[in-house]
Formats: sequence, C-alpha cells, structure tokens
Amino acid sequence: MRRISPWSTPVLVVSAVLITFVITAGPILAAGASPIEAYVAFVVLPLTSQFTLLEVLVTSTPILLTGAAVAIAFRAGYWNIGAEGQLLLGAIAAAGIGTMVGGLPPILALPMMVAGGAVAGAAWAIVPALLRVRFGIDEVVTTLLLNPVALLLVNGLLHGPWRDPVTGFPESPRIAASAEFPTLVERSRLHLGFLLAIVVMAAAWYILARTPAGLRLRATGLSPHGARFAGINVGATLLGAALVSGAIAGIAGVSEVAGIQNRLTGGLSPGYGYTGIVVATLGTLTMPGVAIAALFLGDLTVGASSAARSLGIPSQLGAVVQGVLLLTTVALLAVRRHRTRPADAAGGGRPGGTADIAAEVSA
Amino acid sequence: MTFFVDLLAATLRNATPLVYGTVGETYTERSGVLNLGIEGTMYAGAFAGFATAWATGSPLLGLVAAIAVGIAAGAVMGLMTVTFGANQHVSGIGLTIGLIGLSEFANRLIFQGGDLQRIQPMPSLNPLAGLGDIGGIFNQYGLTWVAFLVVVPAAWWVLQRSTFGLEIRAVGENPEAADAAGVSVVRTRYLALMIGGALMAIGGAFFTLALLGSFTLDIIAGRGWVCVALVIFGRWRIGRGVLGALLFSLVFSLQFRLRILPEFAELPFEVLLALPYLVIIGALALSGRNVAYPGAYLKPYRRS
Amino acid sequence: MRQPLRARPSRTHSRQRAVTDSAPALELRGISKRFGSLVANDDIDLDVRGGEVHALLGENGAGKTTVMRIAYGLTHADAGEVRIDGRPLTVRSPRDAIEAGIGMVTQHFALVGPMSVAENLALGRRSRGLVLDLAEARRRAAHASERFGIRIDPSATLADLSVGQQQRVEILKALSRDCRVLILDEPTAVLVPAEVDALFATLRALVAEGVAVVFISHKLAEVRAISDRISVLRRGTLVGTVPGSTEERELARLMVGRPDFGIERPPDARPAAGDSVLTVTDLHATGTAGLPVLTDVTLGVRAGEIVGIAGVSGNGQTELVEVLAGMRRPTRGTVRVGGEELAGGDPRRMMRAGIGRIPEDRHASLIGDLSVAYNLVLERLDDFRRGGRIDEPAIHAHAEELIARFDIRARPDDPVAALSGGNIQKVLLARVLSRNPRVIVVSQPTRGLDVGATEYVRSQLLERRAAGAAVLLVSEDLDELLALADRLIVMYEGRTVGEMTRSEADLERLSMLMAGREAAA
Repeated sequence: MRRISPWSTPVLVVSAVLITFVITAGPILAAGASPIEAYVAFVVLPLTSQFTLLEVLVTSTPILLTGAAVAIAFRAGYWNIGAEGQLLLGAIAAAGIGTMVGGLPPILALPMMVAGGAVAGAAWAIVPALLRVRFGIDEVVTTLLLNPVALLLVNGLLHGPWRDPVTGFPESPRIAASAEFPTLVERSRLHLGFLLAIVVMAAAWYILARTPAGLRLRATGLSPHGARFAGINVGATLLGAALVSGAIAGIAGVSEVAGIQNRLTGGLSPGYGYTGIVVATLGTLTMPGVAIAALFLGDLTVGASSAARSLGIPSQLGAVVQGVLLLTTVALLAVRRHRTRPADAAGGGRPGGTADIAAEVSA
Repeated sequence: MTFFVDLLAATLRNATPLVYGTVGETYTERSGVLNLGIEGTMYAGAFAGFATAWATGSPLLGLVAAIAVGIAAGAVMGLMTVTFGANQHVSGIGLTIGLIGLSEFANRLIFQGGDLQRIQPMPSLNPLAGLGDIGGIFNQYGLTWVAFLVVVPAAWWVLQRSTFGLEIRAVGENPEAADAAGVSVVRTRYLALMIGGALMAIGGAFFTLALLGSFTLDIIAGRGWVCVALVIFGRWRIGRGVLGALLFSLVFSLQFRLRILPEFAELPFEVLLALPYLVIIGALALSGRNVAYPGAYLKPYRRS
Repeated sequence: MRQPLRARPSRTHSRQRAVTDSAPALELRGISKRFGSLVANDDIDLDVRGGEVHALLGENGAGKTTVMRIAYGLTHADAGEVRIDGRPLTVRSPRDAIEAGIGMVTQHFALVGPMSVAENLALGRRSRGLVLDLAEARRRAAHASERFGIRIDPSATLADLSVGQQQRVEILKALSRDCRVLILDEPTAVLVPAEVDALFATLRALVAEGVAVVFISHKLAEVRAISDRISVLRRGTLVGTVPGSTEERELARLMVGRPDFGIERPPDARPAAGDSVLTVTDLHATGTAGLPVLTDVTLGVRAGEIVGIAGVSGNGQTELVEVLAGMRRPTRGTVRVGGEELAGGDPRRMMRAGIGRIPEDRHASLIGDLSVAYNLVLERLDDFRRGGRIDEPAIHAHAEELIARFDIRARPDDPVAALSGGNIQKVLLARVLSRNPRVIVVSQPTRGLDVGATEYVRSQLLERRAAGAAVLLVSEDLDELLALADRLIVMYEGRTVGEMTRSEADLERLSMLMAGREAAA
C-alpha cells in the first residue's frame, strides 16, 4: 500500500475543506441550524438529482472560466484581480453584438459574440498590463480599481442608452435568437457555455503544460529574474498572460449573457471574478485543479441557495465558506512550503511571487 | 461662494473614510504587509457598527464594536501572513470575501431582508458656526474632526517620532536588521495589522454611523481598493496619502455637483461617478513609476 | 594614538591588554547543529576571554558563522550550551544575547538603509519611553567616537555612507549596548586595505578596554595580524586552538588537512595570441540614484586566455558582468564579440553572439522550482520542440547526457532548489559550457563551494581555455585569480585601474591597486 504523504496536494485541499467546515459551523449554528445537516445540504444534496446536478454545472460555468483566467495570470506572476471587470466588459460586448447579429445564422453569430467578448475583456486588461510592463506600476491596484468602473459602465448603459425601450427596466434589450447559446440538455439551463469552458480550459492546459510558450510563462512566474536571464522576454510574457486572462474572463461574461440572461443586467455577476481567485488558488493554479475547484464551488453555491430555503440559513453563507476555504488553503500551502523549503533560497521570484501557490515543477 | 464652501465641506466629509482607511493601510504596508482585506474590513466595520448601534441605541457602542471587528480582522490577517507566511495577495482577497460574506450573512439573519432599518446617526458639530457662510466648511461629523485633527497628526507622529514607529519602519525595510537588533518582527507586524484594521473599520463605520445612518449592500463600493491605491500614491507617507484622499474626494464631491449643470445633464451619472477612480489610476500612472516600495514589502519573515 | 595607515596590516606589534584569569567571557560547550543532512557544527567547544581577539578560522562552509549565530540567537543549536562568565545562558533570540552583553556584526549589515545613523542606533535600544530619543543616540555616538575613535555623522542617511562607514555604525550599535563580547563575521570582506587598518585599530582599542572580540575569517594573513588566539574549524568540527603567532603553513594544514593548498597550475598549453575576441571599450553605466557604477572600462580578452578581474566586491565588477550578460544597459561604450557590436543587448542577443554567462548569483540565474532538465534547456527551448509542443524525451535525454558529463549529483526531474550549492553551480556550468561558447563571462565561480566542487569548476575553466575560449573571470579570491588567470585587471570604483600579466603580478601591487592607489609605472 503506497504511503500518501500528508503534505500531498489532494490531502492538503481535503484538509482545507474539512477545517473550513469546522470553522463555518459557527455561523450555521448562529442561524439555528445543524452543521451536519447543513453540510449535507450544501455538498451532497445537489448531486442527488439530475436537475440539481445540471444546475451545478450551470453555476460552475462562469467560474470555470474566471478561475482559468485568474490561474493563467497568477501562474505568470501577474496579479490580475480585475477578472470581475473584464467579465463585465465581455458581457457588454456580448449584449451589444448579440442585438446586431439578428440576421446571421448561429454558426456566424456565436463565434462573433465570443470573439467580441474576448476582445473586450482583453481591452479592459491592457491598460493595467502596459502600466506594469512599461512603468512598473503595481497591477494589483490598477486591475482592482477598474472593477467598480466596469460596474459603473454597465449601470450607465442600462440606465441610459441601453435601457429596455419596451419594459423601461434597467436591462438591455434581448439579444437575437441566433446569438443565444443553445441548451445542451433538455429542460435544464445547461448551455453551450459549459462546453466552451471545457474547451478553453483544455486548450489552456495544453499550452501551459506542453508548449514552449507555456513553459516560458511558468518560468516567468516562478522567477522573473531567472527567466529574463535565460533570454525570455518577460515583458511580452506578462502582457500576453494579462491579455489572455482578460479575454477568458470576457468569455465568461459572454457565457452569462448568451447562455443565461440573454441580455445585459445589473446583477449579472455576483462576484464571479473574485470567486475566480478562490477557484484558481484552490486549484493550485493548474487547469485540472481549477476544474475540480470550480465544480466544487458550484456544488456549494447550489447547495447553499437550496439550504437557504429548506434550513433557513442565509445563502450568503456560500461567500463565507469561499472566504474561509481560501484562507485555510493558502495557509496550509504556506506551511507546507516553509516546511519543505525552509531556506527558500534558490530561484525565489519577486516577493509575493506565485511560487508559493503554484504546483511545483509539473504543470 | 456657497458652491465652494459646500464643495469643500463635502470634500472633507467624503474624505473621512478614505483617510481612516489610507492611514490604516499605510501602517500595515510600512511594516511590510499588503492588506487587501481592507475592503472587507471596512465592510465588516460598517455592518458591526450599524448592527450594534441599532441594537443598543448608541452609535458610540457601535463604533466600539467596529473597532473590535477591525482589530480581529487585522489579527486574522496577521495569522495568515505573519504566522503562516501565506501569500499576501490571496490572503487579503480571501479575508475580504469572507468578511463581506459574513456581514451580509449576519445582515440577512438579523434583519431578515425586511425594510431598511435606520439608526440615529452621529451628530455633526460646528464649533465655528458663527463664522457665517465660510463656517459651513466646519460643519462636520465628530469622526471627521477626529480624523483630521487627531488621527492624522497622531499617526504621523507615532510613525516618525516614536520608538514603535521606528520599529514598524525597520521591520518593513529590513526585518533581519530589526530582528538582529532585538525587535520582535512578529509582534510589530501583528500590532501594525491590528491598528490598521481598527482604523479601516472606523472608516467603514463612518458610512453607517454618520453619513447614511443605514446599512445597504455594496456600501463600500470599492473604496477600500482606493485606499490601497492612495497608499502607493502617497509613497507610504501619511501626509501625502491624506492629500491623495482629499484629491479623490474632491473629484468625487465635484462630480455630484456637476450633474446639476446643464452641460452635464445628458451624461449618465455613472460616467461622472467613474471619474474619481480614473483620476487615481491616472495619478498612479504619472507618479507611481518605479517607486521605492518598503524593502520587505510582501516578504514573509522567517528566521533561518 | 591612531596607527599610521599602511597598505597591508603589519604582522608584529605589541599591545597592552587586560586578559583576565577568571571565567571566560563567552563559552560554548558541545554545540551541534544540522541543516537537514548537512552537519554545520559538530560538538564544538570554544572559550573567549575578555581583552583578547579570538579568531575563528576556516574555509567557506566550515561552520564558523553558524556557531556564532547560535551564540547570538539568530539560530538555535540542536545540542550544547552557551555560557556567559561561567553562567549558562538561554539564547532564544538576539534580544537575549544583547541583554547578556553579546553583540554581532553580521556579513550583511543589519542596518536600515533609508533611516539615519541615529535612528539605526536607536533601533533595538528598547528605550523605556514611547518617544524616540534621537538625542540620546547622538550622545552615545559622540561618546563612542571619543572612546574608540569611531567617527560618524549621526544625521547622515545610512544608504549614503560607504561600506566601511556602515560597518562602523554596526560596531557602534553593538558598543552602545555595552557589549562585552563583540563578534565580527568576515568584517574585512568588504573593506579596502586602508579601512582594514582602521578596523584593526578600533579592535585594539576595544580589547584594551577589556572587551572580548571574536573575529571570524578565512584570511590567514589578517587573522595572524590581529589575533591573540586562533580556533580553526574544518567541516563543522573544531580542529584546534592555537596562538595567534602560529605559522601560516601550520594554520593552512589545520584548515584544509594538507599543508599546501595552493592551486596547481598545469604548464601553459599554448599562450594566447591574436586579436581580442571580446572587446569592451569605454563602457559607462549608471546605477540607482544616478551614480556612475562603471566609468571608462576598456579591456580585451583573446581566444585561449583567461583574464581575471580583481577587486574588492562592490567596485563595479558585478555591474560589468551584468552588462556583458545583457541584464544591464550601459549608458555609453561598446561591447564587441568577434567584431559584432553588442552593447545594450538583452540576454538573448548576448547568448546568440556566443557569450556564455555564469554570474555570481547562481540561485537567481536558475529557476529553483523548475527541474534540472528544464533549466538546462531554458535558454534554447526552440531547439527542443516537435511541432508546437515541447519535446520532453529530447529534453530528458539532453539532461542525462549533461548530468553524466558534468558530474551533477541529481536526477533530471529534481527541482534545482533541492540541489547542493556545488551541484547548482554545475547545472549552471553545464547549461553554459555545453554550448561551447567562444566567450565565457564568469563571476565568483567557486564561492561557497566545497573543495571538490571548487577544483572541478576550476578545471573546467582551464579546459575551456585550452579549447580556445576567451574567459573573463571575476573573483574576490586573489589566490584563484593568480592561479587561473593569464592576465589580471584590477577594478576600483567602477574603473579599470591596472593591468598585469600573471608573472608580473604580486600581492603587494594588487592590494595597492585594489585600494585605489596607483601603482608606480
């Protein structure tokens, strides 16, 4: 029987989940419910019926994409905290293009929308990226500040030129039928976005793990100095990672518009961009990890909203669980790293570099 | 004339939470830790302050509760970054997500999503009311007076002229040197985080206890992030950071007043609301090139 | 009375000292410490008396620094005891050591650059009050200046001071806390000979006052010049404690286990001839705050020769290597390889021109979290692709070949950070030398390496020279330069100040040039 190291990544993540459940038992008890019942409702119940299972996949779709987007950026050592805003820009593009492609068949309309969303997301990411690469200005702050600006842009459009002329509500006109993502399974909300997410993540995985460009990106994240010394163009790598990250977050926005809402609404994203950070970290910045983490969080989210109804626990507990889960995971990862690499000498990247949350060595 | 008096008064008023937040974040970053939990801490401070004031009828008790929450949040951040040495960016984001979630959870639990509850906000004081029109500038909440007349000078003095401030600066520049000199890096960073957290929470509580008298979702609206930007803009100096806070607040207050003017009537108000954020990004782009970060910024300290 | 300054510390002088017969000021009994599988200290017994200069002598990695860091509380021993005046002392942190009267000046100064001297002195004073008493710090500085001849301006910003002055601030810090045992870790590593004299004068004044001084060093001449007693460490064990007047050969024998540790230089295969392959002309570069770091640097290296750059670290050697490696842009001047103009090129350009680069910070030049195999091909990933993907089998095979050829004790998939210092250096060497570059720029190649790895690296460089490469070797180790280099160039304050062939070179002349004194023509 092969001994599993107590510090291996799967054990670590499971431990983080368990510790989180212990900590969040407090708020659950405060809500007057039993933690065990609650956790069963959160985690297990959504997997028991076909309908809820499909809902889990639906809920996971946007965070698969934002998780992938954030993971790619973090892997390169680029702290893209602006996935939320980039997602919203993608949604804006989708809503705009979606209303213009009425005459075209889906085979043309859909790629146009996706491409438009990707470009919009990348465009929202380019200014902070350039400021970082050319002037060394910290991208954490610049990407972060653009999130509220993106939301203001959405609201500005919805209260202004894009206010639905028919209903008068602050939501955009419905996109054309040919621009809607088709449903994958009858009588469920599972839409093309889910497949799109899988494809995007598979492509990202391949590029990161198997291509020279991916290795260069990983090297840059692990040690920008060492990468530069080896002849890698660090600036171009960071810029590329930032743009790809923004593009994928933009596609997440397209997915929500074309697959769920069919229009731009104010409440389109309850923080998917930030959840992407949780997903990326839980998944230790690898695509398979992101997939598992996103599905798990989707599971929790669906479970939390049904538990809200059945057990009287406010659904906001989901956010609490996310936060605590992120903290415990990162804490355990840090403890592990300090135990296995006490001197922390060789190849240390830029302070706060991604080496401490990236999976070591392998993709 | 009243336009300017009104604008200045609004600028000071709206700058108050930013001043608390920026001073608090300056302390933590000067000790070498980036605290992205500021948004969540301000949020939790706003809620805790409101809920306690609502339950007890005393805004002052609300303030105390907010401070307690801020200290606790700072301690959690200390546990993550100082004791565990975890990645600071992600820890901060996790703390923010958790604290916002917890606040909204408690909000739903206590207030059941019913009608908006209100409390009697803290009063404004104007000791110079007799000064006529100009006196209007000084019609500010107690927390605003405290912010500019007490917190800012005291924070500057402590950082530059006290032993504790010296230790914070040393720990943030060269923790090995501080350690070798017998200064406890762990203790200093924890203290800086907790003091910073308390200040951030007060900044958040200002919204609920003074400005609005009620708690709504998204009450902080990214102003915690603005404080992080202002600290960099301020080159980690108290005075310059406060100046940045005033600048942001000036643009913010100005755009409210511009909307009334006919030239700006067509513009959706969101565009104007976005202006302050863009101004800060622009300010960073112009002045933030290759600034000298505190030497130990983002590096957890481990005695090898 | 201040001693007159000399180029080299003199060997004989008499001094008054108050050596006490009572319990030693500092005692270490049975100190042992391991780092993982590395035994840094093995059952070390040491005693240091008040009023003496006690040297800890040993090669790099002998454990000298570790044992003193334990005494000062920066590390904890696995076993053993520390005693002050005969009383056992638990040292959990530097605070305990400081309170017991132990002070330490580490190799990397524990000073805060942006703060003033007075603030640095005030740090850790743990003044009772809340208020920062800079006036008191200034008073103490003035007091120590009188008593020990250490002159420093309390209001100066630390980062603006010279290295020698910063060291003085460090010593002042320790003294201002009434330390009775002062530990100095390789203090002369960053000083020019004139500053070494000043330091020794200070130390003599200290021991005259009864302070016990521990002087950690690997330099024989200095240790003999200043010490009353010398304890020699080798590979973590104490080999013996001998009087300060012990002969050099005997000390060398104790240090290394064999009397002669000079480097064997094989007879010249063929002398270098012809034009320079690497030419640097009139190179200028600026550092932080706009201060010049390189001025008017001109040199040439021919095929089949090793040109050594001598100089105390911090005189522009690092920056010169950075320019040649493509990591720093010069402001003026040219760099040519075989006629191709390269100045200001990035690392890619330099590599393509045929420059093999082995900088002094080997950890930063490799990526510790990546495997040995990936690190070995990182400079030329495009040679290892199949279509759009990385050719893993080829990379693996390549790594195995280099591991065998360069005797690297590692497997291809091991992360580089897990390797020992010597093997990390071999990986860097393998990456560079396997491409047979026509120019090799190498800096501090054997720093921190054990004897075996050191000999291997030096033999590789000589082999490359024999094969016709042009090698530019920067080293702080004068013995290494004298053994390996055909020609020597001295750098001082960013300029090249002297050039000589190996046969012309001697320690006295080199020291003068390194200290900034022009040698007579």
